[in-house]
Amino acid sequence: MTDRTHTTAVNGATGAPLWLLAELTYRCPLQCAYCSNPLDFAAVKEELSTEEWIDVLTQARAMGAVQMGFSGGEPLVRRDLETLVAEARRLGFYTNLITSGLGLDEARIEALHAAGLDHIQISLQASDPDVAAAVAGSPKAHAKKLAMARSVKAAGYPMVLNVVLHRHNIDRLDEIIALCDELGADAVELANCQMYGWAHLNREGLLPSREQLETAEATTARWRERLAERGRDMRLLFVVPDYYAERPKACMGGWGAIFMTVAPDGAVLPCHSARMLPMSFPNVRDRGLREIWYDSEAFNRYRGDGWMREPCRSCDERHQDVGGCRCQAYLLTGDATATDPVCSLSPDHHRVEAARREAGAAAAPMEALTLRNVHESRVFCRT
Amino acid sequence: MAMIESTSVYRLRPGWRLQWEEAQGRHVLLYPEGMVQLNDSAGAILGQLDGQLDGQRDVADVVANLQARFADAPAAEIERDVHEFLLDAARQGWIQHD
Repeated sequence: MTDRTHTTAVNGATGAPLWLLAELTYRCPLQCAYCSNPLDFAAVKEELSTEEWIDVLTQARAMGAVQMGFSGGEPLVRRDLETLVAEARRLGFYTNLITSGLGLDEARIEALHAAGLDHIQISLQASDPDVAAAVAGSPKAHAKKLAMARSVKAAGYPMVLNVVLHRHNIDRLDEIIALCDELGADAVELANCQMYGWAHLNREGLLPSREQLETAEATTARWRERLAERGRDMRLLFVVPDYYAERPKACMGGWGAIFMTVAPDGAVLPCHSARMLPMSFPNVRDRGLREIWYDSEAFNRYRGDGWMREPCRSCDERHQDVGGCRCQAYLLTGDATATDPVCSLSPDHHRVEAARREAGAAAAPMEALTLRNVHESRVFCRT
Repeated sequence: MAMIESTSVYRLRPGWRLQWEEAQGRHVLLYPEGMVQLNDSAGAILGQLDGQLDGQRDVADVVANLQARFADAPAAEIERDVHEFLLDAARQGWIQHD
């Protein structure tokens, strides 16, 4: 989501959801240690059917949603992806596929193109196969991803690559950007991993030190100059980790403001991380999307500023950053109504500072990361 | 300073889409994972670009069509608005020309 779509409705009437993220499945051939899926994803058994997804798309579009992402897990695991893309496009959505590239081949790229898919974003784990294999738990994935990135470009799509940065790959940023350049990328998201889901579990092993981060920012700036000199149009978007910011981000443009996620089992969430909050979320199998968006307790809970506590409540910036992220507040303080501790005004900011100090110390080896897979997930399942 | 040539043919950047959104009551420009919410004149101008309607259209055609459509407005003003908007849209990377 970009700044241009910020239409945060703080205190005003609730606006329509403009963004729908369809998490088609939690199944994935990779096991990335920073996955944003819930820790207990293995508890989700019954994915929405094709018909149920089409109904979700139809309802969301009627409410005004226009941007949509097909995500997961790995959305290509669903054999009905092409059907859903075609339906979404017919309804007038701008359709983005957010994928690891695994499960893609020439025939599927062609089928997705024929279905009207607007955009494909492929994730890369690293510049070299060894680091990629260690963090994603798959030795063959890297070469496959590179081949698929080339095929996507050859099919006429802009090549948008997403690289999640963390302490084990951020020092190789120069090589990572060089690889993206060589692949012919049109845009690269250098997204420092944010500490939710599996990433939070592995935080000590993932958060880069401030020194690493500053070096990476300098590397990015140098590449931007070099690319401009060559007249090469490859946009580099560098996303700073929340833990090194002084003010929190306006998470999702505000809770229930413009963004809606539908999880594989039909749970409707204000963002893809919110599922781990100690509250229950409505499900499209029980209620209509419109009722869920406008009337449910879950979607109204953190709308506006009535729920805020100090220091947010009397802060001049509360409508700019909407108090930050509810998930981050909960993960760091145990209280989802707290000010996001990323904020230097938060009484809990010392927790973020402690994490930064930790990150300055020697890194544990990559092998110490807990990989995201069904076996590990069962540990977190309540039933 | 860059200028807009009357014979240039502009079109949306590949993969971008102009669309009328009934729910928002305006045209939007959709692109990978984002959206520009357009005002009336921006929507009207982009809707005249090459690829939006039949036949190839250069800047002079776009201006003439809009002058015909908004006959009450001063023709010179429309031409100036179109040139200014295209310059800005090209600078922002929304549109490209040959």
